[in-house]
Amino acid sequence: MNNRSLVAISDYQKEDILRILKLTEKFDENPNRRLLEGKVCATLFFEPSTRTRLSFETAVNRLGGRIIGFTDAATTSSSKGETLKDTIKMVNNYVDLIIMRHYLEGAARYASEVSDVPIINAGDGANQHPTQTMLDIYSIYKTQGGLDNLTITVVGDLKYGRTVHSLINGMSHFNPTFHFIAPEELKLPDIYKIFCDSKGIKYYEHSDFSEDVINQSDILYMTRVQRERFTDLMEYEKVKNVYILRKDMLRNTRDNLRVLHPLPRVNEIQQDVDESPKAYYFEQAKNGMFARQAIICDSLGINVE
Amino acid sequence: MPQQRKELQVAALCNGTVIDHIPSDQVYSVADLIRLERLDNPITIGCNLESRKMGTKGIIKITDKFFEEEEIDKIALVAPNVVLNIIRDYQVVEKRRVTLPKVIKGIVKCNNPKCITNNEPMKTMFYVLNPDNIILNCHYCDIKIEQKDIILK
Repeated sequence: MNNRSLVAISDYQKEDILRILKLTEKFDENPNRRLLEGKVCATLFFEPSTRTRLSFETAVNRLGGRIIGFTDAATTSSSKGETLKDTIKMVNNYVDLIIMRHYLEGAARYASEVSDVPIINAGDGANQHPTQTMLDIYSIYKTQGGLDNLTITVVGDLKYGRTVHSLINGMSHFNPTFHFIAPEELKLPDIYKIFCDSKGIKYYEHSDFSEDVINQSDILYMTRVQRERFTDLMEYEKVKNVYILRKDMLRNTRDNLRVLHPLPRVNEIQQDVDESPKAYYFEQAKNGMFARQAIICDSLGINVE
Repeated sequence: MPQQRKELQVAALCNGTVIDHIPSDQVYSVADLIRLERLDNPITIGCNLESRKMGTKGIIKITDKFFEEEEIDKIALVAPNVVLNIIRDYQVVEKRRVTLPKVIKGIVKCNNPKCITNNEPMKTMFYVLNPDNIILNCHYCDIKIEQKDIILK
């Protein structure tokens, strides 16, 4: 067991988040630093996720590290019935750091308990994806010039959306005000509201996606409302076009408002929004590489000048 | 003379543990939880006994056996009002309610089929979030389980 792993955003205290943000800033200034020279990182993707894997692998490459790994468990011994523990015990003999994505929830926590090298969770089922949260927080930090006392409006699937749940957790240190906008079937689960209450965080729930709320916001965090999440398809048909952002809805918003989205998007942000200077989701994805460079170096205890 | 009968049921041990006030329908779950089947000690299991407080109750008496707290407090998962009587030399030297430990390892199954613990040969681990109105929180997949949904392994 080692404690330099990152499995869930709640593994980070406030000071950890601030330290990672400072590191991320340095990589944002210059991502090409040969700090991983002579080191080998594993990317173990038990389920495919091209976007996340490319971001991690680019991060390692720009740091001068080498990568081994696989992109799909079908080609590994886990398809022959090897346990996750055995796979991790084998790979941790070879590498300095393991970046893993798994379809089972809790897989990364368990791996961090059996591994001798740090584990970075690149997503475990519907559970956690902490590097996504760090890139979200960095994007907020960079566009707002800080994290304290912001009004953050989150739209879409708040029931299953893990990025939303982790964002609430990560931002909880910085006295945010949340507006939660979702259809009835995909409302934020009570446990996250209880969490907000316990931290003294103000939040408001809406089922209308109105300009009124957007106009009060510093951050508009959009997520996808997925058809397969609905038990009642009638309900889906009713709401599918309600939680869509159009360019004209940004008319009277604050100058500092930025629109974020974890991507991939489908139609919940219309194409014409891309032209707005307030659209930030592609830069947000780019920040992911810097945040991952920061998290990798931090996990390995590498000093960044 | 019900008072006398109760005395007889509880005090007949010389040394050992009496687990009292078990709901009748949980007697065998309790026996499973503390793995009575592995013991060689003399054991008496009473079921559907009269109880003024509970209507009927169950009772388990184990001669010459004293449990570690962690070992026996698991009972609170299925029967939170159970009373333990520790008996030495025919005297009840300690009487206490079971209290659920903060962490529960290995005995509860996670209700999430996509949890790693249901897919690897490994022990489960739960945090007890609220001991009064039991909610278990899976250390691995983070799911919360209410008492009515708890499944023992």
